[in-house]
Amino acid sequence: MYTQAMDLDRSATPADATFTSEEQAFNARIARDEKIEPNDWMPESYRSTLIRQISQHAHSEVVGMLPEGGWITRAPSLKRKEILLAKVQDEGGHGLYLYAAAETLGVCRAELIDALHSGRAKYSSIFNYPTLTWADIGMIGWLVDGAAIMNQVPLCRCSYGPYARAMIRICKEESFHQRQGFDIVHTLVRGTPEQRRMAQESLERWWWPTLMMFGPHDKDSTHTAQATAWGIKRITNDDLRQKFVDVTVPQAEYLGLEIPDPELRWNPERGHYDFGPIPWDEFWRVVKGDGPCNKERMAARIQAFEEGRWVREAAAAHAAKARARAAAASVASEEAAA
Amino acid sequence: MSASGQDWPLWEVFIRSRQGLDHKHVGSLHAADAAQAIALARDVYTRRQEGVSIWVVPSAAITASDPGQKAENFDPMASKIYRHPTFYDIPDEIGHM
Ligand SMILES: [Fe+2]
Ligand SMILES: [Fe+2]
Repeated sequence: MYTQAMDLDRSATPADATFTSEEQAFNARIARDEKIEPNDWMPESYRSTLIRQISQHAHSEVVGMLPEGGWITRAPSLKRKEILLAKVQDEGGHGLYLYAAAETLGVCRAELIDALHSGRAKYSSIFNYPTLTWADIGMIGWLVDGAAIMNQVPLCRCSYGPYARAMIRICKEESFHQRQGFDIVHTLVRGTPEQRRMAQESLERWWWPTLMMFGPHDKDSTHTAQATAWGIKRITNDDLRQKFVDVTVPQAEYLGLEIPDPELRWNPERGHYDFGPIPWDEFWRVVKGDGPCNKERMAARIQAFEEGRWVREAAAAHAAKARARAAAASVASEEAAA
Repeated sequence: MSASGQDWPLWEVFIRSRQGLDHKHVGSLHAADAAQAIALARDVYTRRQEGVSIWVVPSAAITASDPGQKAENFDPMASKIYRHPTFYDIPDEIGHM
């Protein structure tokens, strides 16, 4: 997911159950479903877990603009270009809401950006895959934003107030993303045989990476228990993934597209679709930096950041000059009045 | 490069919705100065006609109540139910009041 549990940091787990009175009060607030706000006392590990998760989520929104951004100039019509531009702009806004939420925990933006650019921070593995055809833009909206919604809706009830509020804002905007993607795919499957093939080929490339977005299986996810106890995570990776498969399979059937999984079938006993094994080797390879586009994505991020540096510096210099001028003017007027 | 001095100052953003209600806090952003903060707030927080007016305030200018004093500050009001109209029984014959 955007908040894929991939950096398995065991230090975030408290060693034992001997809580201080502050911790007991904190745990009681979590149990009562109260929101924790920036100035409230919180355990250091709660703080660091949130900083890692929220910033990773923010980085995913920002890096996530890159695979789609390249298609803005190549969109097949003015309407599609406007829609894609608006969608990508939303993702930039999501990054901002989330960076701002992380900053309430006492980190500064420059540190977070530096962690991303130096490779210390992760972002969702999905954005390290290339967008080879226009169908991929449809697939990203339908599947990737669809998977993101699955993960993000429960985060609206997260125990940390600023994160929960950012997620509410984001979720309001995500539905448009998924629908515009579905609309692209729906249009392609009703088009020429070539367009239909393009959609099918794209689904085959995106299906497994999308399922990987939900992160490792629960049994391999060391974060899940603590994050659940803290009210940061409400539904486990495997439950979210199952939910996603269950709603997406009928949509693919409607579109007349075939999901590339020979083991996929409805299981009436479970009331869910069974699906085949996820290629985890590929997942870990991509997470560790060896996906098809990891280097390209980071290079593009760093280039954009460095090329914007003079603008940021000029704006800061202009603001400082204006402040100095205003201060001098007020001193002069006080002297004149004296 | 991790100096917080590299970040533009932080601003809190308040938006008045189209319904003409009070300005409501919607989030925060970094900007070099107030004019830029307004311009960025417009781009980030009103892309779907969420507002008709924007206030920006430097985050550093806000003084907040102490969360540690929450009980002291706010709990006493729980017993003052006579401040609510529902505390009083009005005879049915009087009708709406
Ligand atoms: Fe997003
Ligand atoms: Fe999105």
